[in-house]
Amino acid sequence: MNPIQQRRQEYRSLFKQNVKNRLLVDKAVKIVVFSCVIIAIIPLGSILIEVFKNGLAALSIEFLTQIPGAAGSSGGGIGPAIQGTLIIIGLSSLIGIPIGVMSGIYLSEYEVGKFAKSVRFFTDVFMEFPSIVIGIFAFLVIVLVIGSFSVWAGAFALSLIMFPIVARTTEESLKMVPHTYREAGTALGLKKWVITFRIVISAAKSGMITGILLSVSRIGGETAPLIMTVLGSSQFFHGFDTPMDALPLRIWRLSLLPYDNAQGQGWGAALVLIIIILGINLAVKYHYMNKGDNMLTTLIKNRGNRR
Amino acid sequence: MANANLAIKKRRILSDKAFKIGATLAGSYVLVVVALMAFQLITQSAPIWEEEGLSFITKTDWNAVEGRESFGALPYILGTLATSAIAMAIGVPLSIAIAMFISDAPPKIGGPLGFLVELLAAIPSIIYGLWGLLVFRIYFKDWIETPLHNMFGDNVWLFSGNPFGLDIITASVVLAIMIIPTVSAVSREIMKAVPQQQREAAYMLGATKWEMFKLAVFPYSKTGLIGASILGLGRAVGETMAVTMLIGNATGIGAIPSSLFAPSQTMSSIIANEFVEASPASLHMPALIGIALILLLIAVVINVIAHVLVTKMLKIKEGAINN
Amino acid sequence: MTALTSPIPVGMESNPTATPEHESSVDVSKYKMIAENVTVSYGGIDAVKNVTMKFKENSVTALIGPSGCGKTTFLRCLNRMHDMTKNAKVTGKVMLDNIDLYSKDIDPIYHRRKVGMVFQKPNPFPTMSVYDNVTSGLRLNGVKDKRILDEIVEDSLKMAYLWDEVKNDLKKSAVELSGGQQQRLCIARALAIQPEVLLMDEPASALDPIATQKIEETITELKKDYTIIIVTHNMQQAIRVSDYTGFMYIGDLIEFGETKKLFTDPKEDLTAKYVQGHFG
Repeated sequence: MNPIQQRRQEYRSLFKQNVKNRLLVDKAVKIVVFSCVIIAIIPLGSILIEVFKNGLAALSIEFLTQIPGAAGSSGGGIGPAIQGTLIIIGLSSLIGIPIGVMSGIYLSEYEVGKFAKSVRFFTDVFMEFPSIVIGIFAFLVIVLVIGSFSVWAGAFALSLIMFPIVARTTEESLKMVPHTYREAGTALGLKKWVITFRIVISAAKSGMITGILLSVSRIGGETAPLIMTVLGSSQFFHGFDTPMDALPLRIWRLSLLPYDNAQGQGWGAALVLIIIILGINLAVKYHYMNKGDNMLTTLIKNRGNRR
Repeated sequence: MANANLAIKKRRILSDKAFKIGATLAGSYVLVVVALMAFQLITQSAPIWEEEGLSFITKTDWNAVEGRESFGALPYILGTLATSAIAMAIGVPLSIAIAMFISDAPPKIGGPLGFLVELLAAIPSIIYGLWGLLVFRIYFKDWIETPLHNMFGDNVWLFSGNPFGLDIITASVVLAIMIIPTVSAVSREIMKAVPQQQREAAYMLGATKWEMFKLAVFPYSKTGLIGASILGLGRAVGETMAVTMLIGNATGIGAIPSSLFAPSQTMSSIIANEFVEASPASLHMPALIGIALILLLIAVVINVIAHVLVTKMLKIKEGAINN
Repeated sequence: MTALTSPIPVGMESNPTATPEHESSVDVSKYKMIAENVTVSYGGIDAVKNVTMKFKENSVTALIGPSGCGKTTFLRCLNRMHDMTKNAKVTGKVMLDNIDLYSKDIDPIYHRRKVGMVFQKPNPFPTMSVYDNVTSGLRLNGVKDKRILDEIVEDSLKMAYLWDEVKNDLKKSAVELSGGQQQRLCIARALAIQPEVLLMDEPASALDPIATQKIEETITELKKDYTIIIVTHNMQQAIRVSDYTGFMYIGDLIEFGETKKLFTDPKEDLTAKYVQGHFG
């Protein structure tokens, strides 16, 4: 027997000694990992079940359209809150989307040197700013200045949460458009902004829309920055410089009340909110189902691919 | 003719220039906002720093009654640290396990599962809070807190206190659930960035799946996974509503975390609870803004570190071994 | 040679099951590994079609063919490397000695330790030192004795012709080595687990001529103790290192026989065209 064969022999007996143990450890880890997945899915299931079960019980036409009743009374609804959420989403989108899109265009089409790098860096970090701090900022620069809680302040705060998401998803979608498209435009003698809007953006549209929808679904559920900006109200909208209600604020109010029917109404409001938000997310997912990728994953992936 | 051409050219250059300026301005917006925010938070919290100095960070008083005003941020800083740390301890291992499972599962299973976990991210904080307050808290109190308290409450300080469900551990567990989507999604991408050849090298040596992770995936993605976890920490630190609804909202010395079953208060929750009632004229509002400033600093430091680590990891995904 | 002038409809023959020529003369020696009717399909498309090959103990077999002919795919079957490829399906039998690798009740780790593999691109573990790379497989198996580890590291690196270049800095990170050294490190790592068969997937494709020469020397040296199967797109390399050669084309094994014979007097016209460089 030559030394190599001898060593094979030794190694083989060692392998036999250990292999059962190794396979056992492997199996144990697999079980633990799988249980972790299940444990993470349980809260999701529980949340959806509770919201739908309790929320459907509270739902009615009056509930969706009327103003809130007195605390503890069984009547009243969340009409102003639904209206307010739609208004604030619309107004923040009007402010946040153009800034986000232009800033994304800047990052993708004009980025040069250190300045653009710092813009991207701050956009990424700003995306993770605690939303309550953004709310305080809006309070300081708008509420304190005009002297009253207002829709403007709330929309400004939410637009600040929105625009970095729109900017980065826009940037990533624009970068996916092949460079030849731009060269073709230049060869035709088109102006850069015409190329950008007519050719590049129309090719990158679906990615950008995804980003915008995701940012809408994100701000739709934001509560903390609304506390010190739009404040909340039990009346329907009556002006941009006055307080207004919103679904997340109403849910919070209702949850603080010690009455059973207030809790029921809270679930009802939560159901409306979750339908809006999950509706947007599912629409995005459905849109991307056959493309096998989604904007958020791309965003995470491309964190590394900075030029 | 030549003049007309020149005029067209000029107009073209002009409109392109305007477009470029517009884009650059939009790009600079974030810098302006960040600078203005820092300036506002610093000047508006100035009174509390002038009054208390650095002892604002180390004091535990919290009294807004006129004439006896005294504010210290320490309990809320500790509350934030405690809840975030517990949330990390629970959430990060779960998230990494989920990322392992999804990154290794066939797309038919991994895809939908990844989507389900992403749905967790889409659910608003306020709904986590409502669910935590009206559903989770009850089960958690009856099945976990009370038994633990009955068994160890007298001997182990961690389990002392009065299990009521509105306390540090309830808030932390819900917080853990909330950071799972972020941490697991980033970890998953980082694990997917480990080259297939690395996995094959491990399998070739006769590794089991778990050994393959230990040999090929974890060493390669360590930096990125730490970054992903820190990203989750950033989320946990800034999270407001769910914590506000579950932590029991103590103030002053009573808010210093004393056991898992004691109520406390975090930096963001005290702001959410008191900001609207605070008068801009008194020290109360500057104190809350001062807390916001501390919160922002902590969040920024955490996120910058996470950002650098994750970026570094994804950058080397094709590097080193292929050249 | 007349066949060369007449056009051959490619892939006309269905599944020619080639066996080494002069089978009677090889029969006296033992076959280490036998692949029988192996078919690999990716999402319904066959990349390897019904291939049967027998590999003699302590010989070098080369697999040649143009890109995309399925030679790498086939090689990976011999180590169950397709288990991790998401939509790949393997049918047929691969016998190592008397064990079917694809039988359901055997975990692949049982035989992967007997079949070492070296990949096209060097893939050392980048966070580990040279020493740790070589011992990684052993440590999995619970070898902790420093003396034994040292001994195996030295022997494996010597067999891979790398010892002289790295013996003084075994603690250095694997990625600091040159491409050729990394590839020889991967060979050493594969040898350290004391395999009986060594699979090599174009081990020299990413390397310069000098490194290639070193790898080829290594292969020739290793033949004494190992059964080696090497995929290469370089016909000269096949001639230099192998005893037997199989020629594959679009998933079919067209011809399989002694290397000298296959290159000088091929049976099939397609083989003749390929080895004379008419396509590829």
